Amino acid sequence: MPKVAAPSLQGMKHNFLSATATRGYSSIYDHSAEPINGIKVGVANSALLSRTITGVKNNKQLQDLGIASSSTKKMNMCQSINDALKISMETDPKAIVFGEDVSFGGVFRCTVDLAEKFGPDRCFNTPLTEQGIAGFGIGVAAAGHTAIAEIQFADYIFPAFDQIVNEAAKMRYRSGGEFSAGGLTIRSPSMAVGHGGIYHSQSPEAYFSHTPGLVVVIPRSPIQAKGLLLSSIRNKNPVVFLEPKVLYRSAVELVPECDYVLPLGKAEILKAGSDVTVVGYGSQLYVLENAIQLIERDFPGTTCELIDLQTILPWDVETVAQSVNKTGRLVISHEAPKTSGFAAEIAAEISNRCFTRLESPIGRVCGADTPFPLVFERFYLPDIARCYEEIKAVIKY
Amino acid sequence: MLRLGSKLRLASGANFFKGTLGGARFMSSDVNLVFKIATESYIGHRIEDLPATDIEMSKTEALDMYYKMQVVRRLEMAADAAYKAKMIRGFCHLCTGQEAIPVGIEAGITRKDSVITSYRCHGFTYVRGVSASKILAELMGRADGVSKGKGGSMHMFGPNFYGGNGIVGAQVPLGAGIAFTHKYNNDGACTIALYGDGAANQGQVFEAFNLAKLWDLPVVFVCENNKYGMGTSSARAAANTEYYTRGDVIPGIKVNGMDILAVREAIKFSKEFTTSGKGPIVLEMSTYRYGGHSMSDPGSTYRTRDEIQHMRSTSDPITGFKTRLLETSHVTEDELKALEKDAKKLIDASNVEAKASPEPNVSELFTDIYADTTSIPSMRGRVVSETHYY
Repeated sequence: MPKVAAPSLQGMKHNFLSATATRGYSSIYDHSAEPINGIKVGVANSALLSRTITGVKNNKQLQDLGIASSSTKKMNMCQSINDALKISMETDPKAIVFGEDVSFGGVFRCTVDLAEKFGPDRCFNTPLTEQGIAGFGIGVAAAGHTAIAEIQFADYIFPAFDQIVNEAAKMRYRSGGEFSAGGLTIRSPSMAVGHGGIYHSQSPEAYFSHTPGLVVVIPRSPIQAKGLLLSSIRNKNPVVFLEPKVLYRSAVELVPECDYVLPLGKAEILKAGSDVTVVGYGSQLYVLENAIQLIERDFPGTTCELIDLQTILPWDVETVAQSVNKTGRLVISHEAPKTSGFAAEIAAEISNRCFTRLESPIGRVCGADTPFPLVFERFYLPDIARCYEEIKAVIKY
Repeated sequence: MLRLGSKLRLASGANFFKGTLGGARFMSSDVNLVFKIATESYIGHRIEDLPATDIEMSKTEALDMYYKMQVVRRLEMAADAAYKAKMIRGFCHLCTGQEAIPVGIEAGITRKDSVITSYRCHGFTYVRGVSASKILAELMGRADGVSKGKGGSMHMFGPNFYGGNGIVGAQVPLGAGIAFTHKYNNDGACTIALYGDGAANQGQVFEAFNLAKLWDLPVVFVCENNKYGMGTSSARAAANTEYYTRGDVIPGIKVNGMDILAVREAIKFSKEFTTSGKGPIVLEMSTYRYGGHSMSDPGSTYRTRDEIQHMRSTSDPITGFKTRLLETSHVTEDELKALEKDAKKLIDASNVEAKASPEPNVSELFTDIYADTTSIPSMRGRVVSETHYY
């Protein structure tokens, strides 16, 4: 029994407390993260990132695009997003970037240098007016231009909720196809950051996933963020692009310098396996990667298939269903609370599609059904130990 | 008397001056201080009368205001230091430079009046009667914090103090609602609803204005104009930067928010105005924050260091009030120094107290979500084994 997982709540809490006393949750995004039971954890050690030229050459997504050998530059996710914005503005003279504080680079520095390079007519600050930002962007998009809006934190997107849900998502439908907000992309930093508390940590993807007409995308890495963002900006539907803010600096890859797009609505199989399918997206994938490593070490012969959803809406049912038909087991994990979280939709659809193939109930490891806490972040987040326990329970069912 | 007071203050924190405000202020032995402030301290919009420029108050009250400004500044300095020492996590917004507003407002109202403000709330939390140690403990995520450590910097509350609100502008319509209850109860009290120059551009601020004027609610809208909405200067964010005129048909007054005397007088005037059935009023208080928007903003990328230094040296609310107090010749330098020392002692002691407070129990993760836990037997945690049973 590894010390990160224990059978009872009591034991688990005890173990977890002693573990976090020295390590802390956010350390898995820290280069100095200590190994857990011999497994090197965290983004810095992740095999999911292409940090070397060989890594880039072996990157399946880049191979599919035929750019695995193109020239690359070391970038973190913040820089690759900046690069995507730069390319979109270079290739589309109608593209504009706006939001709170973006002209001096934005609070996370994702829009740095854009105002200098493209001028104040194409990259500019807005007042603090989220509903206004979204509505303005819809107008820009409806008039045929490319609107790239930033909502400073995903937690601030709710004043813009009406505009996004009622106006952006439904414009094509309610005008019989005459108008649309297809040129609108709303970028917003989301998910936990280690200390964000109530209003700087939420994962609102499930709210938007309930809205036909929207596309919801969440990247996990610099290479992927660039390709998916360029794809989102050029996509003819309004896109909510939620960036796991904890990865802005912690996730570093050699990113192709060229202009490339990754397909939306398509999941990526990050690691093939035969005994259980594990589905996640965004920063949660690094937690799942480590949980899987521990499972495969503790239960020799067991292999887990890890799938990155990439696009939350419309989601890639086929890839997940094919995988579950092969493995017979499914665990889904996200930071958002469990009740009505996106894992619920996946579980419902897969239990329907794969009912006769399922060997165990579908497992979900999610944020607790509580507001996102300040002081209890590490007791809220679905961490390595909780994911390990759930995968194990599903395998041993 | 003040020296005796200093011991009491240390023992009972913020509560000491509650007593002095209620009683000692009217003691016959207390000296009355007279101040004259510049007529430019106020500019009106759709209003004939303006607050007084000849201001009288007891020496006890004046020294109380001075002391509280010192406490608020030192509280923010302690928060700054604790943040940099990684004792505080999360987002933290300091009001250094803006102390005249919370302290001046509290001096102009009573505890029956309500206050609701934005995320820059530490000063208001203190003047509304929450101890500095509870504020620091909240910042540090401790059990003795004002919100049990569950909120942090932006989420602090107190008696008739409705927070501490993190979403920009969201508190302003709440202020109208709170004012409605004052009117409904006919209790003669009003609501002070504060927001910043950045929040002034949020649509719901205008929705709140309309409701308040439509129903003549006893609410004083106060725009703390510190010149920058996060990193954007007000002129680059607002087509009309005369925030006191933005209530349209609602009368407004621009107030020198770096002068605590003007703030106190404008609030007294506005309370009288709005509780006498004349409806809402919009005050713009021009002020300045010395630090960045939050701890992650150095505050120097969108303005010059010279500008900050200039404001500190020419307009500091504490230094300015100190000069005025000394000019009365009823207050000595030593008296003020003693108060400064007291404020420092209070914050030092509060810091120790806050740090000694334990982290909250993990079960608190699941409390305060719904009112009636009896109909909700349990709440789901991350995995089934972590289900919390009430």
